[in-house]
Amino acid sequence: MRAPLSWIREFVEIPNKISAEEIAEGLIRVGFEVEEIITSGAGLTGPLKFAKVLSIEEITEFKKPIRYVGLDCGEKEVRYVICGATNFAIGDLVVAALPGAVLPGDFKIAARETYGKTSNGMICSSRELGLGEDHSGIMVFAEGDVAIGSDAIDGLEINDTIFDIAVNPDRGYALSIRGIAREVAGSLGLKFTDPVDALRGLNFPDTGAGVTAKIADPETASVFYLRTLSNFDPSARTPMWMRQRIEKLGMRSISLVVDITNYVMLELGQPLHAFDRAKISGGLTIKRAGKAQPFTTLDGQVRQLDPDDLMVCDDKVPLALAGTMGGQSSEISESTTDIALEAVRFDPVCIAKNSRRHKLSSEASRRLERSVDPSLAEFASARFVQLLTAHSSAKHVATVVAGEPRYVPVIKLDPTFIPKLLGLDIPSTEIATNLRTIGCDVDEKTFTVDPPSWRLDLLTPTDLAEEVARMIGYDKIPSILPPRPNHASLTPTQKRRRAISSMLAARGLAEVQTFPFTNQETIEQMGFVGERAATYRIANPMSDELPLMRVHLVPGLIEVAARNISRGAKDFAIFEMGSIFRSSQKLTPAISPVIGSRPDAKTIAAIYASVPPQAFHVAGLLVGKSEGENWQGKARAYTWQDAIAYAQDILRLCNLEWTIKRSDFAPWHPGRCAELIVDGKAVAHAGEIHPRIIAKYGLPERSVAFAVGLSALPDSDIVRPSRVGTMPAAVQDVALIVDANVSAAEVATALRKGAGDLLESITLFDRYDKIGDGKISLAFTLTFRALDRTLTGPEVAAMREAAVTSAQKATGAVLRTG
Amino acid sequence: MNPADIKRWIAAAEAAFASAKDLEELKIARLAHLGDKADISLANRALGSMPADEKASAGKIIGEGKAAITAALQSATLKLEAERDSKVLLEEVVDITLPVDRAHRGGLHPISIIKNEISDFFIEQGYSVEEGPELESGWLNFDALNIPADHPARTMQDTFYIEPVDSGMVLRTQTSPVQIRSMLEHKPPIYMICPGRTFRADELDATHSPVFHQVEGLVVDKGITMAHLKGTLDNFAQAMFGSEVTTRLRPSFFPFTEPSAEVDIFFNGRWIEWGGCGMVNPKVLQTCGIDTDVYSGFAFGMGLERTLMVRHNVSDMHDIVEGDLRFTRQFGVGL
Repeated sequence: MRAPLSWIREFVEIPNKISAEEIAEGLIRVGFEVEEIITSGAGLTGPLKFAKVLSIEEITEFKKPIRYVGLDCGEKEVRYVICGATNFAIGDLVVAALPGAVLPGDFKIAARETYGKTSNGMICSSRELGLGEDHSGIMVFAEGDVAIGSDAIDGLEINDTIFDIAVNPDRGYALSIRGIAREVAGSLGLKFTDPVDALRGLNFPDTGAGVTAKIADPETASVFYLRTLSNFDPSARTPMWMRQRIEKLGMRSISLVVDITNYVMLELGQPLHAFDRAKISGGLTIKRAGKAQPFTTLDGQVRQLDPDDLMVCDDKVPLALAGTMGGQSSEISESTTDIALEAVRFDPVCIAKNSRRHKLSSEASRRLERSVDPSLAEFASARFVQLLTAHSSAKHVATVVAGEPRYVPVIKLDPTFIPKLLGLDIPSTEIATNLRTIGCDVDEKTFTVDPPSWRLDLLTPTDLAEEVARMIGYDKIPSILPPRPNHASLTPTQKRRRAISSMLAARGLAEVQTFPFTNQETIEQMGFVGERAATYRIANPMSDELPLMRVHLVPGLIEVAARNISRGAKDFAIFEMGSIFRSSQKLTPAISPVIGSRPDAKTIAAIYASVPPQAFHVAGLLVGKSEGENWQGKARAYTWQDAIAYAQDILRLCNLEWTIKRSDFAPWHPGRCAELIVDGKAVAHAGEIHPRIIAKYGLPERSVAFAVGLSALPDSDIVRPSRVGTMPAAVQDVALIVDANVSAAEVATALRKGAGDLLESITLFDRYDKIGDGKISLAFTLTFRALDRTLTGPEVAAMREAAVTSAQKATGAVLRTG
Repeated sequence: MNPADIKRWIAAAEAAFASAKDLEELKIARLAHLGDKADISLANRALGSMPADEKASAGKIIGEGKAAITAALQSATLKLEAERDSKVLLEEVVDITLPVDRAHRGGLHPISIIKNEISDFFIEQGYSVEEGPELESGWLNFDALNIPADHPARTMQDTFYIEPVDSGMVLRTQTSPVQIRSMLEHKPPIYMICPGRTFRADELDATHSPVFHQVEGLVVDKGITMAHLKGTLDNFAQAMFGSEVTTRLRPSFFPFTEPSAEVDIFFNGRWIEWGGCGMVNPKVLQTCGIDTDVYSGFAFGMGLERTLMVRHNVSDMHDIVEGDLRFTRQFGVGL
């Protein structure tokens, strides 16, 4: 909302010593963010004159059209200037900057030779004068709008301060000069004159039959004022001051009737709509569209109406999309003489839906969906009649009213409530004073508070607490720490995640955070199928290229890796922690219990159950060499073993035990992917990325990755460490020959099982695959130790033999000899 | 046995050891003054043939003499060894400035670091750290927070909706649904924060990202006032931005708080918007079944990206979201 200081001053007595900055500070203090203080006319000095175009000579030998224009600037002689704009004709009035003038941006105007002529000044657009962004052409006025040769800086009320204010959605009343002025006065303790007070006494007698007004459903609108006027001379022009104010607030001047509707809306906050009475068949009714049908709005767009759209209709057809935009068929035209002026207090939700359905946010809908003062239908329409009859030949014919304004109920306030909520001692008299400042009636005996007509948001004592607090100033509230709760700590899950991140970071992996979006093509490229490929679709995605929720972390890591590689990185390791969104659960229609009391347990459970589970994963991608290469020598490349080691270290960090097996699992190499299993559940995968994917994304060959489903991991048991043995260890090596398809893990498991409780550790120290015959040799070191004695030779030999026997039985292993 | 002789031998040995120029010369001197043929060794051997009554006193004198010579040798040895070491080891000098850092440099994402830092700060104050799903029920994300459908407040936040749209599922636009979950699941007193990822249908540019992070805090207890909110925010701001920082509350509007405020901080010489806050709207408390006659509460929320950008002077959001290692590695595991 833009608010010029010159207009605010009409309703607030602001001493000259109060600066624009102090006013802005005052607004900020009471909750109105001043985004910008615009000093219009800053950097502009005259002479700037209104001038009449006497002659136009088109110069055509240049790339763009150039005009050599003769101007009457109220001087003895005709003044000639060069102009690049073409939106004016002989007889039009324009604004001319004469030599010596300086325009904003330190643009000095002087007589100069250009396009083979002498240009003695410049014709200005509104942007060149710092009045707005409109640069579509120069400013054009008609004879009678302004006086030829008069000072345009005064005439256009250029020197002004304009506050650009962000208005919160609960303060629809402040989308008006009336509302802003009240806040300025309230914040700075100045005298405010409500412009509505001057309208209360207005009375326009009926002189004929007016257009009738009806509200079909009182839920959609509370009160409807319809004022009929006649005898309007459509050649009437908008007075300069009104046009300037409308334009300062960022709207365009269109015609006197439309300009007055806009002017009154900006002044008071009530949107108005004027119909050409001649185009109305019968009376006006506010009702739903009822059926789908095309409707052409003022902007020339044909819109398909929804049966629920709220419309203003005549006896035959819809004429306006209620509170949002008028229709083309009944708009004010150059031949309109009779006018029906509509002022309605619409239901905010109806207007919000109208606006949303048609993606049409207008100045009117913005105000109406934020609630408009219900008393304004009467006063704003009266203001329209007052202005139109004063500035044209129009006469009031009749006023018809349907419905009546509905106001919010009074609030019973316990005056101790507000100090208790704010933590600030405030005497009840002060509470009453502050509530009166914002327009409430307060009965101090019973502390009954009657909110003003424009504050439909004031419903509860808490709402009043905010009003009192902002009027007193939030800075007056002391700063005190709340009582300290007993104790808190991270949950075991949170601690686990932190430990894993820290471990990975400390071991050379850099954490990344990618957007959790993907697309079907990526899912297919990765080779995800079935339930691993099913995910949720975003109805309104950021881009059509990323409409789906991710199903895995590795694709995002691959993309980040490719980006880093494209920027010159070669060897690195990255990881990410986050949720994935496989659609394991079909979404059901929303459950939306009314708020204000706790829904029953069943409803709450149903809401919780409607949210699909979102698994939390950690994944890492290792590309290129496992360390940097420098003068110390070459480095080895990352291998599938590194990926598996990271996955295992994560499980180890969580004190979990796992089994491991080879797995054909996307997006990994089917022969080089390990699956780690905890409590019978596959919780992690690691190994080489599928070569097809590596080629597709241009990653270094044999890049490797791991992924661990953290939310699938069981809680760790409390650690109960075994006693550390101090007796001597007995170390035994065994070399076993097995079929090449037997995994080392199977052999180790069998050895461990056979060796018994005194086996302290088992280590694979050699793997030899050059034996031939489809056999390999696996050599293990077994370390035995007893807590209470030194093991004897025969004891150790027996345990070793038991281990080997177990391996033989389980895997067909044969002891390698020689 | 003449004690004077012993003294002389000691003096001679000390002089010889002291004048040895290296360990080799010292060895010769040692053989001369402590070896089998040395005077003191001969005298020691002669003890055996002495009469018993002299033996004790002579033995004592000789023992002391031998100890003195040994001590002199010891100190000469240490001195000469040190000289040798310093000379020889110096020849083994290397250029220790050679680059040796071959290991890849890892690190946490700065958003994780700042999230951990904030979590630690609040845990220390006795708050728990709560989490919730990112794909969230619209009722928890909006309705329960007093943001009705078709209220302008709902369009304040450009929401990503999930198909089918009638499921009401959204990518949470704020971490506030975690507050609702906390209040539905736990009885007061509640002291919690909920850091997490949030979504708004904004274009990615230098200061906005469609995917970003917030931390919100919620306290519900008996007698909680807006003064407590201010105290908590002051404390939090100082933990994040240093003890010099000051805060300012400006009246604002959020459907889930009343009164509501924007939190600004005065940092590096100017006021900067940091987040939003307020007293929890009684309607929200009642929706969660909390007795508003007994309990009141406050809530606040900040953007983690914004906090990071302000505190560390990060000028472009792209650096935070693109995953370029050169950015992340600057942070290590702490800020």
